[in-house]
Amino acid sequence: MTTTQVPLVDYLVLGDKPHLIANECTSCGAKFFDRRNACASCFATDFKKVEIATEGEVRSFTIVTFAAPGVPVPFVAAIINCGGTSVRANIINCDPTPEVVSLGMKVRLATYSLGNDDNGSEAIGFGFEPIK
Amino acid sequence: MASDDIYILGIYMTKFGKYPDRDTVDLAAEAVMAALADGGVTMKDMGILAAGCLMGQGGIGQMIQKQVGQTGIPVYNVSNACATGATALRTAIMAIKAGECDMGLAVGVEKLAGVGLLGASSGPKGPGKEWKATGRYGSVANTDGLIGTANMPGTFAQVGMEYGHKYGGATFELFAKISEKNHAHSTLNPLAAYNKRMTLDEIMNDIMIAYPNTRPMCSANCDGAAAAVVVSGKKLKTLSLEQQRRAIKVSASVLTSDPYQEACQVLPDVNTLTRIAAKQAYEQAGVSPSDLNLVELHDCFATAELVHYDNLMLCEEGGAVDFFNSGATWRDGKTPVNVSGGLESKGHPIAATGIANIWEVCHHLRGEAGPRQIEGAKVGLAHVIGLGSACGVHILEKSAL
Repeated sequence: MTTTQVPLVDYLVLGDKPHLIANECTSCGAKFFDRRNACASCFATDFKKVEIATEGEVRSFTIVTFAAPGVPVPFVAAIINCGGTSVRANIINCDPTPEVVSLGMKVRLATYSLGNDDNGSEAIGFGFEPIK
Repeated sequence: MASDDIYILGIYMTKFGKYPDRDTVDLAAEAVMAALADGGVTMKDMGILAAGCLMGQGGIGQMIQKQVGQTGIPVYNVSNACATGATALRTAIMAIKAGECDMGLAVGVEKLAGVGLLGASSGPKGPGKEWKATGRYGSVANTDGLIGTANMPGTFAQVGMEYGHKYGGATFELFAKISEKNHAHSTLNPLAAYNKRMTLDEIMNDIMIAYPNTRPMCSANCDGAAAAVVVSGKKLKTLSLEQQRRAIKVSASVLTSDPYQEACQVLPDVNTLTRIAAKQAYEQAGVSPSDLNLVELHDCFATAELVHYDNLMLCEEGGAVDFFNSGATWRDGKTPVNVSGGLESKGHPIAATGIANIWEVCHHLRGEAGPRQIEGAKVGLAHVIGLGSACGVHILEKSAL
């Protein structure tokens, strides 16, 4: 049985080089991960799909140790500056401590399995891991 | 007093805390009755009612009328996240400014004791029957905890950390010291939900919620209500000298929403709209930040208080850490901030907060704040922010009489 893969969100593109995509305003360059009727920045209405850089630096983070039932803690929630586009993601593949995670830290996109459903379909999530 | 000026004629906040035996209507009615009595007026004098209860069902304004007096006046039920109370107040002010009436009532009420974590959505589902893409982002699972967090402590932790990334110096200990200040201030406020002084060690070693915010660095969920009666300057001139003497001038009333910023889709920008609101408010009032004798700002988390020193221009841009470390925001400092104890100890019954902070400032401007009085206070500022976002800033001045 071949396993098909589905991304956690539709702005994650899987394949040999997983990356995020966004709707970019062709007028001012503002990028949105969801659909917009008009650009929130300049009100223009034409958008094109663009790839977001897969490497960036941590511009803010928190280590969540208390969350709603069913959310595994602790985890590092962060805002990553990926070549000028801010991305929300977890910092993964490192200890979730302030000694390990730091502001300005260089990170890169990484994917991981969220498991298979009854049809054998595998969901793939993403996060950013430290560049050693 | 100019005829087209707006004044707070009467104002009241309930004690914040736990009221298992009283509902939102009971609490709001207490605040309304007391605010009317404080202003020496009745429901008969009111030309508008604006009311908010963020977590409640619709129609809180009409429910309050049925509890205290139904006169057929227009009711505006408002909802604007944590800025709901300020929005209600501003709605009443706008009705007076528009000439529709000369007196109005604003009230905010909330029951939040024991509700737990706000903004939290349930965790990611494990592999179910089928990974099915739903919603705006085509997600196959709940993303909170998988793609960062949108819960309140985590969001505001990142707001503070982002400031630290930009300007430096914003350590865990610094944020904890801000909380230490507000808990110390709360010991003088009998209406605060919590009046316990906490040491820096106690704050830093309490339960971590979202680094760097430990539990006492988060706003306290509690029950409470606050109400205010506003009046035109023209009408106030016809009232008694005592009413005129205790009336507090609303020198500025501003509400803003968040303009587009690059990162606002992934981390709410609470800075730009606050800065814009503050700038408009200072211009409206003709006062500068250095004129302020006290400030009640929206410390929903210790990490938020720091950035608002900067956003409200209480310090140089980028200088919030040094400003706090100078002692300026303690009650004996240059610009006392949150002498009520702030949301971290006074508590944060959401829709009440945007009027309760006005009450605190009025209390000092009237010289009625007892042991926590800021001596000689003449000008104060009250600020709230609701995520989404909405920001209310009011500047208040002591009566010239």
